[in-house]
Amino acid sequence: MSDIQYKEITFTVNGKERSVMIDVRSSLLEVLRNKLHLHSVKKGCEVGECGACTVLIDGEPFDSCIYLAVWAEGKDILTVEGLMGADGSISDIQQAFIDEAAVQCGFCTPGLIMTSYSILADGKRYTRDELRQKLAGNMCRCTGYHNIINAVENIMLKRIEEAEVKDS
Amino acid sequence: MKYDIKKLYEAGSLDEAISLLEEHPEAKIIAGGSDILISVRAGELAGCTLVSIYGLDDLRGVTLETDGTIRIGSLTSFSNIARNEIINKYIPYLGEAAGSVGGPQVRNIGTIGGNTCNGVTSADTASTLLALDAILEVKGKDGYRSIPIKDWYIKSKLVDLKPTEVQTSILIPKESYEGYFGNYYKYSMRHAMDIATCGCSVNVKLSADKKTVEDVRIAYGVAGPVPLRATTAEAAVKGRAVDLDMLELFSEKVKDDINPRTSWRASKEFRTHLMTELARRCLTESIRRSGGIFQ
Repeated sequence: MSDIQYKEITFTVNGKERSVMIDVRSSLLEVLRNKLHLHSVKKGCEVGECGACTVLIDGEPFDSCIYLAVWAEGKDILTVEGLMGADGSISDIQQAFIDEAAVQCGFCTPGLIMTSYSILADGKRYTRDELRQKLAGNMCRCTGYHNIINAVENIMLKRIEEAEVKDS
Repeated sequence: MKYDIKKLYEAGSLDEAISLLEEHPEAKIIAGGSDILISVRAGELAGCTLVSIYGLDDLRGVTLETDGTIRIGSLTSFSNIARNEIINKYIPYLGEAAGSVGGPQVRNIGTIGGNTCNGVTSADTASTLLALDAILEVKGKDGYRSIPIKDWYIKSKLVDLKPTEVQTSILIPKESYEGYFGNYYKYSMRHAMDIATCGCSVNVKLSADKKTVEDVRIAYGVAGPVPLRATTAEAAVKGRAVDLDMLELFSEKVKDDINPRTSWRASKEFRTHLMTELARRCLTESIRRSGGIFQ
């Protein structure tokens, strides 16, 4: 079809400014996976229900499957790939998921990691119920959510403890 | 992976959005897209032309105007409403309603304007806005128009918004919320990522001694094809003492106003039962929040 609309968008992805020529019909999910090859961003339900495609846009979690890529112009996007340290190390949240066996098939994990990352960014203490509520947009179909909540809670408490030691 | 969209126009300003809608009368407005994009994916809106207003940051945010009116920009997301200071101070029950939509990600993208323009009865914020006598402000080529929310809903999925108009703000006048306390109850099968089987929003204004119901407003989602007020029940208890008889009468009278249907989510009978019970519970809670004393 000759009337396909293309547009160049410029945005920050995992700390780097990127310009990509996109078909305006693309979801952000499509651009992140297929143009930028960020395969941590999973294609799940594609209707904004499962949360597998969660990425942070300006620090807040969004389902990238129901976000038009053109809207990402000028925005700051963070995916799991962006959590990697300079030496290739994984983040404390990812390690906590491993330690707590919060991963089974792994498909929901990147989305859960990103939502957890945004929850824990404010350094506040949340109850398990509050954590459950804040993670309610991410579904895991393998197992229960127990280990996932354990992982997020552990890292939350660890960070709070570290901050308190630092302050004292 | 790509949406079946024929053409996408991105408005850079409100006036540009209006002229794009004038030029392309077949186009639909897309705000956050959590309804539109799902309908495109499902095929209902496949091949549509869209005018995106998502980039119009002027339509975001909550402000308190000098006359006490709370102005909510139509593109304000549910999360921003749920955590907004003005909302939480004056109309926390609207924050409760916004916080009950979908899940965190959906609340980040979904807008309160979209929640009222889609004309859907189960829209979580719609019943509270109806119970607050909100005013919807829209702009077309001839300028602004204000529509009381009671006149906004025409029928299921149809509201009083002309194809070339854009909803810009939702206004809550001071007399609508001052002295009122309320709450919203969403009944759904799951506590997250679900659509309301029934939503009930009540707010009440008690007399100075907290013993008499001066005014009460109740609105439902899913009690009919569009959000509706139970005006018979409201009228029946206005001026009545705060007591259990009043509560009983209120929940009983609700039946005169509601007209729920049977759907795969719930039967008419179950919804009717829910609605009478929720009227009682929501009014009790609203009275408790008002510091009311049961006689």
